[in-house]
Amino acid sequence: MSFSSQDSTISQGEYSDRAIPVKRRASQGVSSELKPAIVRTAPRGLTVVQNSHIGRVRQHNEDAWLVLDLSYRENDAHVMVALLILADGMGGHASGDLASALAARTAAACVMQDIMPSYLSPEVAGTPHYSLHEALVHAVQVANETVYRNLPHAGTTLTMALVLGRKAYVAHVGDSRAYVLENGTLRRITRDHSLAARLVETGQTISEEMVGQRNILYRAVGHSNTIEVDTYTESLFDGSCLLLCSDGLWSKMSDAEIAEVLMGETDAQFAVNKLIAMANERGGEDNITVILAVCNEG
Amino acid sequence: METLKLQPEQSGQRKAMSATLPPGTVLQGRYQIIKVIGLGGMGAVYQVRDRHFQAAQRLCALKEMIVNTSDPSKRRLAAQIFEREANILAALNHPSIPKIHDYFTHEDRHYLVLEFVEGMDLEAVLRVVRAPLPAERVVDWAIQICDVLTYLHGHEPPIVFRDLKPSNIMVRPSNQIALVDFGIARTINVGDRGTMIGTEGYSPPEQYRGVASPQGDIYALGATMHHLLTRRDPRLHPPFTFAEEPPSRVNPSVSKELEAIIMKALEYDPTVRYSSAEEMKTALLRCCAVSQSSANILASLHIPVSVDHRLDAKASSLEPQVGQGVAVLTGQSIMPIWQFRCEDEVRSSPVVVDGVLYVGCYDNNLYALNARTGEFLWKYATDGGIAATPCIWKDRVLFGSEDRIFYAVSARSGRILWTCPTEGRIRSSARVELEHAFFGSDDRRLYAVNAHNGQVVWRFEALETIRSSPAIGDEMVYVGSDDHHLYAVDLQTGRQRWKFRTNRNIISSPVLHNGLVVFGSMDWNVYALDEHSGWSVWRFRTDHVVVGSPRVMGEVVYIGSADGYLYALELGNGRLVWKFNTGNQVVSTPAVTEKSVYISTLGGDIISVNRKTGKEQWRFKTGAPVPSSPCVYEDAVYVGSNDHYVYALPV
Repeated sequence: MSFSSQDSTISQGEYSDRAIPVKRRASQGVSSELKPAIVRTAPRGLTVVQNSHIGRVRQHNEDAWLVLDLSYRENDAHVMVALLILADGMGGHASGDLASALAARTAAACVMQDIMPSYLSPEVAGTPHYSLHEALVHAVQVANETVYRNLPHAGTTLTMALVLGRKAYVAHVGDSRAYVLENGTLRRITRDHSLAARLVETGQTISEEMVGQRNILYRAVGHSNTIEVDTYTESLFDGSCLLLCSDGLWSKMSDAEIAEVLMGETDAQFAVNKLIAMANERGGEDNITVILAVCNEG
Repeated sequence: METLKLQPEQSGQRKAMSATLPPGTVLQGRYQIIKVIGLGGMGAVYQVRDRHFQAAQRLCALKEMIVNTSDPSKRRLAAQIFEREANILAALNHPSIPKIHDYFTHEDRHYLVLEFVEGMDLEAVLRVVRAPLPAERVVDWAIQICDVLTYLHGHEPPIVFRDLKPSNIMVRPSNQIALVDFGIARTINVGDRGTMIGTEGYSPPEQYRGVASPQGDIYALGATMHHLLTRRDPRLHPPFTFAEEPPSRVNPSVSKELEAIIMKALEYDPTVRYSSAEEMKTALLRCCAVSQSSANILASLHIPVSVDHRLDAKASSLEPQVGQGVAVLTGQSIMPIWQFRCEDEVRSSPVVVDGVLYVGCYDNNLYALNARTGEFLWKYATDGGIAATPCIWKDRVLFGSEDRIFYAVSARSGRILWTCPTEGRIRSSARVELEHAFFGSDDRRLYAVNAHNGQVVWRFEALETIRSSPAIGDEMVYVGSDDHHLYAVDLQTGRQRWKFRTNRNIISSPVLHNGLVVFGSMDWNVYALDEHSGWSVWRFRTDHVVVGSPRVMGEVVYIGSADGYLYALELGNGRLVWKFNTGNQVVSTPAVTEKSVYISTLGGDIISVNRKTGKEQWRFKTGAPVPSSPCVYEDAVYVGSNDHYVYALPV
């Protein structure tokens, strides 16, 4: 793609109008009564908040987050550009927290190098020959190799959302989750790469004995020298909310409960803190991390 | 915190194992360590020499279990498990089970002295042999494993091995197998807190509910065979996904019969698997007998069944009432509802609106037919062939011709309403939005024309011909060109907003869905671009040029390629859902309904494919290539063919 100007040829005489009258269609966004209060109170454009808590049982917080907001204003419009990464590390001898941060940093560095220059300035950086999904998968693969090489006894989940304009591109490995809040309900984007989720997918019932197996992942960053990465594309509208969280949150709260908190609060940061507090009230056995991005186009 | 990382054995060896006994160490005044031959979760396995037999070089395997915990109840449990394995082994007598000679405890470590099995375990075999293993070899091993499982399961109560996998199966130089590791590790509960990575891979689903049955061993044998034949390590893939990699696809030595046996062993539901190892052995024996006796016969009769059943249109021309086309539905012909003969090839794709079918033809006419009966209503003659698909808007039909003129004729009567001349042949089909028609021409331009009176509002000029048909978004018009670019043009003004370069011509017409512009290119790829920025979101590579256009339903993109496949791709990420081999080049666009996808081929076929499974439902053969795309209206599929006919087929 390039922005070289190539004006249409105008031939004389046979024209009826100067331009085709375009009626602006009603935007596909969230209907105004269902637009969450946390969006209405947020400044125009994209607002990203996050928080992480060790929980009430663990000795270490092995969750990591990384947030990069490069949104800009152009031609009287807010252009949303952001990178949200959440990683939940695991591994003995406290290497889980190193793994999650290493994976998040490495993936972010790849995205900043491979995507951001071309997106922000195609005039200077040119056009990449790869697609966005290929670039995101590559970023997770590099993170995987880096963890595999440097922290052989550790691994991590990695859920990454790249917001470019009115779309979010999600890359995902493990059992952290990405959701969108639409019309008051939470819709999960990602699929858990856990044994328990696979058993459910194959129609098995999960018994009490399974509870101890809930946390077995069949895919994680740093587990082997190759990795398969899931990717998704989501459209963002005025009023959309994007939520990333570790299993410390979703194992304690249902989707409906999370949606209720997001719809009930007026401040995004307060909503995130409240989600974490509620997970802690219910035991807080695991680290809890939440990233919330709200999209307000006014 | 108690976190564990379960891994395939080879990476487990990266761990520094705590204090293995050095060579030369003598235990019980009798067993002299020679070397470590394996490392497990609980301790090492050594090769030792039994010094009681001074004159003979008697070798044994010494299996160690280290008890690390200081918790007395766990220590007691470990001792019990250890004794249990020793007692199980002592009671067994089978050539594929190593004999136990002795057991003892020494400084927090428990030891079993076992018959030394010379050879290599199957995981090591997989490491050494870098190609998928030949089927006969794997079947031979599997039959032996069935024998030993039959022996174990025949005990009262049955002994369930519970941990069958390549690393627990030894192959002796004589090719006889032996099961090793009767479960020291597997009954120990490996910590129930913290997230763990890596599944056991070979275990059946019910084992995670705590169910251990002979059918679980059968599943694990199926999983082991699958791994040996495909080299796909189940520990590195989502659990219970063996069906995603059918062994016959990667290993040509695997017959369909053998694959069926493996997949039956791998059923989720244990009651659907073989009821006993004996039954599975019988199936394996029958399968290898069949494959040996009939292999050559099958090879010499290598005729694709679907071709064999089809009747050639020309061969059936003796029956004029059947006409040119013959359909095959499980061996039985289905008749066209009607067929209509034009004077030349029908490359244009039909459109049906309000019970009337409109289609262009290379005999220069645009035809209007009664869609239900095929009855001729009217035709409009131009001075060139009509390749474009007609566009019906309000009371009129809009279409371009190779005579370079864009026409609007009355949909009711075929009377001319207005024309709009261009400077090139028109093969692009028009789209109407906001009372304006948009179409491309071989004069390299994209036209925006007032649909009421044919006046040009703007023209956008590309560098090469535009044969792709435009897609209209809220603010932009998207169209491909033979200059390799996909253009996004401002809907109001015709100014370029962005362009995206592929490596070859774009004849495929873009489709706009969920903010993605999806199209194919002659560079063999299918692309999805962000509608606003033109950024490539994903691409999917086929094995030939993509000329046809995509259709989207239920978040799935359906598109054909000249490589002969109809592809179903996930809209959000371009991942393959299924692909269907049509047997011939595809240059047309599929028609998609809730249940079916209809596709035409240059081999002359119209094929109905199940939308969910990608399996063929029926096939109708016309007498010539079909570049025309099918169209579905009510209960019929309509399509033109180069055999000069327009067909109406029952869905």
